Amino acid sequence: MTSLAVVSAGLSTASSTRLLANTLTAATVESLGEVEVTTIELRDLAHQLTDHMLTGFPGVKLGEAIEAIRRADGIIAVTPVFAASYSGLFKTFFDVLDEGVLDGKPVLVAATAGTARHSLVLDHALRPLFSYLHAVVVPTGVFAAIDDFGDEGLERRAARAAGELAELMGKAPSATSTAGARRTVEDEFAAPTPFHQLLRQASGT
Amino acid sequence: MQIGIFSVGDVTTDPTTGRTPTEFERIQAQVEIAKKAEDIGLDVFATGEHHNPPFISSAPTTTLAWIGAQTKKIILSTATTLITTTDPVLIAEDYAKLQHLSGGRVDLMMGRGNTGPVYPWFGKDIRQGINLAIENYALLHQLWREDVVTWKGRFRTPLQGYTSTPRPLDGVPPFVWHGSIRSPEIAEQAAFYGDGYFHNHIFWPSSHAGQMIRLYRERWEAHGHGPSDTAIVGLGGQFFMRKNSQDAWNDFRPYFDNAPVYGHGPSLEDFTKATPLTVGSPQQVLERTLSFRDYAGDYQRQLFLLDHAGLPLKTVLEQLDLLGEILPEMRKGFAEGRPAHIPDAPTHASMVARAGGAKDSTVYAAADAATGHRAEDALQVSA
Repeated sequence: MTSLAVVSAGLSTASSTRLLANTLTAATVESLGEVEVTTIELRDLAHQLTDHMLTGFPGVKLGEAIEAIRRADGIIAVTPVFAASYSGLFKTFFDVLDEGVLDGKPVLVAATAGTARHSLVLDHALRPLFSYLHAVVVPTGVFAAIDDFGDEGLERRAARAAGELAELMGKAPSATSTAGARRTVEDEFAAPTPFHQLLRQASGT
Repeated sequence: MQIGIFSVGDVTTDPTTGRTPTEFERIQAQVEIAKKAEDIGLDVFATGEHHNPPFISSAPTTTLAWIGAQTKKIILSTATTLITTTDPVLIAEDYAKLQHLSGGRVDLMMGRGNTGPVYPWFGKDIRQGINLAIENYALLHQLWREDVVTWKGRFRTPLQGYTSTPRPLDGVPPFVWHGSIRSPEIAEQAAFYGDGYFHNHIFWPSSHAGQMIRLYRERWEAHGHGPSDTAIVGLGGQFFMRKNSQDAWNDFRPYFDNAPVYGHGPSLEDFTKATPLTVGSPQQVLERTLSFRDYAGDYQRQLFLLDHAGLPLKTVLEQLDLLGEILPEMRKGFAEGRPAHIPDAPTHASMVARAGGAKDSTVYAAADAATGHRAEDALQVSA
């Protein structure tokens, strides 16, 4: 079944970030039909994220969250705006992912803030982050300031973004997009590069 | 089954007293610990290699030779030897020399080192870590097996008619282990050569070790060295024990909470659950250690890290005394249910026997004993 992972970095319970995440999730599920949704509340993983930073390996719950991201066909990533950017907690989660985990994955970016003056955060902070991680960011990002909630414009933007995400999630990766893909540690465990090839690579021949 | 200890050689403040040992004290302590390891009947002492503070583990063969001179039986090893930043030509010379001095009590473990700034100090680039490990070891392997080597590669200056001296003792190079936490390429490398594979098994969950060992064993068989359960596997491990389990938790906690690697992170409770670290009574350490076989299979070498995180020498020696007390039980436990075809880790004696006896491998400068040729003759031929 198609799977969707939703990352929400809100800090309070009943957070507007989670509210936006739920809106986007509902709209995506509506577009896709049958889909398995895993919601990852980063607040619950805050300690394990710090521990991972220090020890280099995830605790059980964080490990499950990372695995959900690895398996997901698409991701909705929602952060509150802190100091003109994504929150540190949000960034930490994407910092601890293994290299290549987001390669080619469709991502819908969204953010909440107290004021509409932060609306460009999607384009100056979130898009570059996910571009660097080789994710495919859907064209429409969704930003919601306090006064956007309840406004029908937000619903409309959410529906459009969700439609774009659903469309990308429905597509199998093309042969050209996988041809140049980097090998992850998992790939290497599954099919190790034979030693003679390692030796040739080492010597650059 | 070989049981021993490995030491990283960190100079760390004792968080309970605020005191930091001097380099002199720490270096001497490491020697005391190694001698104690032999006294309690351990098989292996291995030293790390670092080239930056807060470590005292530069010049590992100097340390091992000094320990070798004051011990009789214990195997002198490394954990690890930096195959990335150390010239393989120097490794070949240094460890062959150590073999001769210690009567063959030497093996070594290759590692890449994860300290970024160290690489440029030696003219290397950490991003080439795997490639350096592959090419440098290929050269080291050749230097110990061929008397005259002509070689060209990517990472060091070419060699023309080079003979690494001394030649390996009795014509048998030291056994080599390859250490890596999570790089499948290194498991493949160890399997290709029929060398040993060692998992650090300290700072990471056992699942990391299990995954790497499985791959190494499969590849060992694929490369034609025999069934996968005959591959040569080593594991690290760490414990802190007191007669009374609660004393162990109380005494170790301040060291854990402030340790350079995992300190200020997970709780001691979480970390002992997630990783092989065992804190408790000798019986608990014994049981946990024997359970490593559940995911590693029957293996050949178990090394413990005891002197770290600022633990004072006195405490480390107490840990060794306790280890000595459970050592017979541990050996018995490891032997239990172990199929007869599972090999022991190769030693100098076993490798000499396998090679059909010791032979003098000296390369004489004036005239080669076997052919009567001199080095100069070889040069004339190639010219």
